Amino acid sequence: MNNKIVRTLREAIELSGLKDGMTVSFHHHLRNGDYILNMVMEEVAAMNIKGLTVNASSLFDTHLPLIEHARNHVVRKIQTDYMSGAIGRLISQGVMEEQVEFRTHGGRPSAIELGITPIDVAFIAAPASDSMGNCTGKYGKSACGSLGYAFPDAMNAKKVIVITDNLMSYPLPDWSIPETYVDYVVEVDAIGNPSGIVSGTTKITRDPIGLIMARDAARVIQHSGLLKDGFSFQTGAGGASLAAAKFLKDIMLKEKIKGSFGLGGITGYMVDMLNAGCFESLLDVQCFDLDAVESIRSNPRHQEISATHYASPSARSAVVDCLDVVILGATEIDTGFNVNVHTDSNGYIMGGSGGHSDTAAEAKLSMIIAPLSRARLPIVTEQVTCISTPGKDIDVLVTQKGIAVNPRNKELGQRLKEAGLPVVDICELKKIAEGMTGVPRKLKKGGRPVAKVIYRDETLLDTIYSVPDTL
Amino acid sequence: MRRSMLFLPGNTPNIIINGDALGADAVILDLEDAVSPSEKDAARILVRNAIQIMKFENCEVIVRINSLDSEYWKSDLDEIVPLKPDLIMPPKICCAADVQGIDSYISELESKFGLENNTVKVIPLIETALGVENAFQIATASSRVSALFLGGEDLTADLRCKRTKEGNEIDYARKRLVCAARAAGIDVYDTPFTDVNDDEWIYTDAEYAKSLGFTGKSSISPRHVAAINEVFSPSQKDIDYAYEVMEAIRTAKEQGRGAIALHGKMIDAPIVARAKQTIAMAEELSLMGGGRNE
Repeated sequence: MNNKIVRTLREAIELSGLKDGMTVSFHHHLRNGDYILNMVMEEVAAMNIKGLTVNASSLFDTHLPLIEHARNHVVRKIQTDYMSGAIGRLISQGVMEEQVEFRTHGGRPSAIELGITPIDVAFIAAPASDSMGNCTGKYGKSACGSLGYAFPDAMNAKKVIVITDNLMSYPLPDWSIPETYVDYVVEVDAIGNPSGIVSGTTKITRDPIGLIMARDAARVIQHSGLLKDGFSFQTGAGGASLAAAKFLKDIMLKEKIKGSFGLGGITGYMVDMLNAGCFESLLDVQCFDLDAVESIRSNPRHQEISATHYASPSARSAVVDCLDVVILGATEIDTGFNVNVHTDSNGYIMGGSGGHSDTAAEAKLSMIIAPLSRARLPIVTEQVTCISTPGKDIDVLVTQKGIAVNPRNKELGQRLKEAGLPVVDICELKKIAEGMTGVPRKLKKGGRPVAKVIYRDETLLDTIYSVPDTL
Repeated sequence: MRRSMLFLPGNTPNIIINGDALGADAVILDLEDAVSPSEKDAARILVRNAIQIMKFENCEVIVRINSLDSEYWKSDLDEIVPLKPDLIMPPKICCAADVQGIDSYISELESKFGLENNTVKVIPLIETALGVENAFQIATASSRVSALFLGGEDLTADLRCKRTKEGNEIDYARKRLVCAARAAGIDVYDTPFTDVNDDEWIYTDAEYAKSLGFTGKSSISPRHVAAINEVFSPSQKDIDYAYEVMEAIRTAKEQGRGAIALHGKMIDAPIVARAKQTIAMAEELSLMGGGRNE
């Protein structure tokens, strides 16, 4: 065989042996610009294949046609780590017969590798590939940078189909996934819409409340005892998290602290920190913006890692095991420090754990940044609507009106108080939040379970119920 | 202590609710320019309720009422005076009579609501050429006047010149107001720097205001508050020097010496007074050993 190119997607699906009831998988590196999931599912529906399980590392609003395939019984079940609001809303209204299985970015590769969620056919959208399937996300008009979440799919699926819009000559230099895992290669006109794949430049917040929280978050890290040479750090792409990274960078440069690595979904701000000498390297499971894509392409100290390497609890080790500090978000946090990132306060699904509970479980300091209220609803509550990350894994909550430290971490509380930071009891923050918004009426759950929240060790963390029609 | 004063529109509940978290020493809840005529009632009710419900533990509350030439200022005072805000800011004050008119109406309200006379203080906003020229008379028109406040935007419109980043056009007014306020023995606050996207020049502008003698500076952007606080806080160098002065005084007293010199310069009463102010401010800010870097 001197190439694996198959003329059409349908032909590749036929060759893969995909049949009713099997499992197909997709990665989410093309984010809301992805064409591949819809393209494949449309073809599968046309082939009259039914009852599939779709295992996608994340789902975005662009994947809304998936719901129609569920209604038509092409799709029976969804397994994912995250879904955005439009799909989440329909799932919450009960469109699926089977419950969605939410895992984490570390739990998903673990379950795949342990055979808990076997994949029959993996469809790998690849911004560049050669005729034998050596492929990468670093080059091409649909470049997305890292292909970290696609590795476990490619390495464990029974059949692997690479779909590319940038067929390059063999051997592709600097591949991410090697040909050894790939069965077929299909060339298409476009695998995604570049404007939805990565944003131009991720910007830090200008919101004054976000900036206040970010400044305090950086001060928490500064006084945590962890900010010293060899420091490692992960933060999200949200405005306040990025602002915290900027303030942290200022502190690290001023105090001449040389960190070891920055981890996670990588933005231009983390690239700036690398280039400024704050870290020795970046370990990148996913690129969020063009600066990150350019950096992973050109800087050998900016390394691609697989989802397994990032956060799998069943790997011999994963990078999260060595992480010092992670900054995370929350749609709600309760007085037991349990965090919800799956639903809004009305119970509609609008997110998912992603790497939330993986990093929270392993990082030495897990910090939540969240304002006390959003849209007239308190964010600090008696009990979260859904437990995404258990409170035992959260060390500190930073809000605009005070910082609450989990009583489990007495030493941190003491350190922050001594540094003059505004440390308050989380129950006091709840009181302040409710003073601002009033106490909301207790949420009525619908009668049907619509999703399982599965922790990284495969235990059931929570169940999400349908939202009653009255809402 | 008021280093920074932050204007918050009186018709924005989501901003007011976080007013005490924005780092300003005082928030100015604005019923005037930030609120359109159709929303005056709603803003007045919102500000009244916010003062009643929110504690504003970390900052003072100032309410900017509508101007004397509007139909709203008495209604504003009717609602706000009974709540005893830290200060009332009447805008477009041009002469002593303006202050006396407000003084007299506030006295009526204090009596009506059983408040001790002279409970509610005012900080006249001077933003006309006439107001600038009458600054000392305004500052001494009533015992309620606890500070003067310069408004650069309206002033430049009145002066018929362009408001610039450098602020040369308001230089005379700045100096005149500082002199008038200090002559009257009260504080004085500088106009906001209104380019909310310029996070650098705010330092220059605040440094200049401080160098002229302003007590503090106002802002319309929460993002400028930290810079203003930093500039108007004593630096570590200031604090260290203040302690040296006080130590030199103590030693001289012990040794029964009258004339005292420090680093070759005579220490006189104003230097001692300034050292005491610096130490008091540093103590209030808990800056001992960790002041502003220079």
